Amino acid sequence: MSDITEQSLSELVENIKSKKLSSSEATNAFVQRSEKSKELNAYITEDYANALIKAKKFDEKPNLNLKLPGIPMAVKDLFCTKDLRTTAGSKILNNFVPTYESTVTQNIWNEGAILMGKLNCDEFAMGSSNETSFFGNVQNPIDKNLVPGGSSGGSSSAVAAQLTPITIGTDTGGSIRQPASFTGTVGLKPTYGSCSRYGIVAFASSLDQAGPMAQNVKDCALLQEVISTYDEKDSTSIDFKRNEYSKELTKDIKGKKIGIPKEYRVDGMPNEIEELWKKGIEYAKDCGAEIIDISLPHTNYALPTYYIVAPAEASSNLARYDGVKYGFRAEGENLIDMYEKTRSEGFGAEVQRRIMIGTYVLSSGYYDAYYLKAQKVRKLIKNDFDEAYKKVDAILTPSTPSSAFKIGEKTNDPVSMYLNDIFTVPVNLAGLPGISIPAGHDAKGYPLGLQIIGKAFDEQNILNIAYAMEEKINFKKNITDWWIK
Amino acid sequence: MSKNKSEYLINRHDNQYEVVIGLEVHAQVTSQSKLFSTSATKFGAEPNTQVSLVDAAFPGMLPVINEYCVKQAIKTGIGLKAKINKRSVFDRKNYFYADLPQGYQISQFKDPIVGEGKVILDMPDGQKEVGIERLHLEQDAGKSIHDLDPKNTFVDLNRSGVALMEIVSKPDLRSPDEVNAYIKKLRSIMRYLGTCDGNMQEGSLRADVNVSVRKKGSKEFGTRCEIKNVNSIKFMQMAIEYEANRQVDLIEDGQTIDQETRLFDTKKNETRSMRSKEDAHDYRYFPDPDLLPLEVSDDFIENLKSEIPELPDEKKKRFIEKFKLSSYEANILVSDIETSNYFENVIKKSDVKLATNWIIGELFAALNEKNLEITESPISAGNLSKLINLIKDGTISGKIAKTVFEQMMEGDKDPKKIVEEKGLKQESDPKALEALIDKVIDDNRDKATEYKSGKVKLFGFFVGQVMKVSGGKANPQLVNEILKKKL
Repeated sequence: MSDITEQSLSELVENIKSKKLSSSEATNAFVQRSEKSKELNAYITEDYANALIKAKKFDEKPNLNLKLPGIPMAVKDLFCTKDLRTTAGSKILNNFVPTYESTVTQNIWNEGAILMGKLNCDEFAMGSSNETSFFGNVQNPIDKNLVPGGSSGGSSSAVAAQLTPITIGTDTGGSIRQPASFTGTVGLKPTYGSCSRYGIVAFASSLDQAGPMAQNVKDCALLQEVISTYDEKDSTSIDFKRNEYSKELTKDIKGKKIGIPKEYRVDGMPNEIEELWKKGIEYAKDCGAEIIDISLPHTNYALPTYYIVAPAEASSNLARYDGVKYGFRAEGENLIDMYEKTRSEGFGAEVQRRIMIGTYVLSSGYYDAYYLKAQKVRKLIKNDFDEAYKKVDAILTPSTPSSAFKIGEKTNDPVSMYLNDIFTVPVNLAGLPGISIPAGHDAKGYPLGLQIIGKAFDEQNILNIAYAMEEKINFKKNITDWWIK
Repeated sequence: MSKNKSEYLINRHDNQYEVVIGLEVHAQVTSQSKLFSTSATKFGAEPNTQVSLVDAAFPGMLPVINEYCVKQAIKTGIGLKAKINKRSVFDRKNYFYADLPQGYQISQFKDPIVGEGKVILDMPDGQKEVGIERLHLEQDAGKSIHDLDPKNTFVDLNRSGVALMEIVSKPDLRSPDEVNAYIKKLRSIMRYLGTCDGNMQEGSLRADVNVSVRKKGSKEFGTRCEIKNVNSIKFMQMAIEYEANRQVDLIEDGQTIDQETRLFDTKKNETRSMRSKEDAHDYRYFPDPDLLPLEVSDDFIENLKSEIPELPDEKKKRFIEKFKLSSYEANILVSDIETSNYFENVIKKSDVKLATNWIIGELFAALNEKNLEITESPISAGNLSKLINLIKDGTISGKIAKTVFEQMMEGDKDPKKIVEEKGLKQESDPKALEALIDKVIDDNRDKATEYKSGKVKLFGFFVGQVMKVSGGKANPQLVNEILKKKL
């Protein structure tokens, strides 16, 4: 048996089920490694002692029929966890301890997994580099100076560095897929309505979706199978027939039609990305898929549309953080003064920027020009995909227009930061599932990802394509444990 | 239309002004739980004991629509003869306040659940139709309490998230009296439907009042002012009178009226500026992304239609046609569902005409005196029915019945028992009466002679004497007949 923390989720599950490994041994191994990896700053809140107690309890009476029997894992700090601090990466929730559990995490614990702690993320998931977190940067285990992507940067870093065998993130405009791409891991953004948003700190309600992040496609499929449930507590949750994604996973994708959208060849895209895409097309062909050129004509408008819709919803969603009921409060002369001080001190610069943008686009006199128009464009973008899916079963694109960038490189240039999400944002606007899989390295040796976009509720299909391509790509991780002294 | 003597006009110098009023009524939906959460809605509970995580807007909490509240709103729409919108949208109305935990109120802005409808008012000079612009569902806010502490404000979130129906009238009302009739009619309809208890003391029914004035005959509306959150009909009427006169004075003074939001000070009986149009909030309405558009099917609406009881207008029509009541009587009896139920229970086994008179006359007066609602009436419908039958079959006279009635008011006793116990039964035996009458004539020989010589007025004196001697129990009709013969 290889080192415990090097095992994939599937291996861990198998070893625990066959009693070659106890939950305590597994939990202890990941806790130990997490303890030694503080430099990555992947965790905001650690709950190791409780995790070990829970693991011991599991071992005393192990239920081996569960899907995640005694598996330790850490989750993005956007999921509310009962009795464990949940910050959303913000000072304003620095002291917030929920009395309730998110549906997605509850589903995970119901299948036997054990919570190790809460992972770092951009403040309220607003960011593409994890640099907006109140709790500091996260380092990419690929290189000390690289961002791990964002907003699920703590999650991507923790999975890549094997501090947790799997994790969950949230993806509003690319926050699972982009960090997965930056760290050489797999990340799935499910169809909007697939995973309940109940108990997830909201960023932009019409776009937010939780999803699995893992070392490989199979693990990702298993975790998706666990977290995706219909939930009456979320009015946007959709009651559709969910597959047992891991059981139905197949590499047989012969005859699947995969579309290549010409609009994703954007100006200034590094040649390496173009090459990666071409290689991806070849891999897909090798797997027996048929490649078809398609057009998604409104792609260009996706980013500006996203940066109206998401901030608009966020400006309203974040109004509840006002210092009155919970979380951080700055004392003020009167109510208005208290609001202003609390929100000025409690929110970071990027969150404030987005609240201002959102407030502006919703204000009277601008609503029609911005918000309403953005909603119309959003519909056109969705129509583009609907048209394309008349011809193809899935769409293949690069996950990001570049590999991971350096910490601090884009913090003063928000637009350049926003451009990072150019390939992922349209998927959220259309509510579709998308998966990023590691597909190669650039000249600097940094990982690059490919994105497979599916039809709504067709997670199984893109997981299958990813599974088949993963084998052909045979991605080699090159992570040294540089941060462990 | 009321275009005659009851017209409400304000006179200044040579000018006559008409008052134009539109109401936005906030009616609390009768429901066990809130609009988007399962918390209870009981009035008067300890502060912050009926608050869920959703109501307090904890992170990650999501609203889920309460189907019962939707049904209640649609039923109300049907009661207002209004268009039911099969697709409606919940929007967020954004503003900051300590008792608004979400930082926004979930309401309906562009696409309300109920569209145009109407309410018929019975005014002294005829019927008047008031247009309904729309009805939408929205959340109530919590309550800020400023007077418990010199420095701090306390917040009670029990009301936070409670379902309200905002019912917006067209600017069709023209006087404080019409406003009174409108609110009462609206309240009556909702109480018939069971969709709002209409309890103004508990805040279940409150209104924002829009007032403008214009010269009589003018077709254009004047600039309006909105008087916020007035919670009794009396205050609404006082506020309108004050506000209309204030506006007329401004116009007469050559000034213009600023469109603004005003408050009614109930102590000083005046309205005061709260905020001007320029200071008006920008609520940044947008569709709530946590909620899908609300879609209801034809079947859903049809099912609700089948649950609608007979409403006051229809009931009135039936009472007039079937029971030959006057419009005045019918109006009184149908104004409240409890009253009409009481009436219908009484007439199940007794005479309609007598029942109508006794309920509208004696019963209402007695209840009024004791400050009781009809539901609290000491006299049950069954016993009132028995009393009426005792009158009808001649067992007791109307006069005696009043005595019995008074005793019934002290506790719901069977009138038959009272009559028996107190020996109040009417004397209708001709022989017994003849004896009585003979004695009275005998005792008043001189007067009998005067009567016979033409002083017919004295007849009343003899009737009175006979009744007196009989202790009020003599059957007045028979007394009349026998007296005539004997004299």
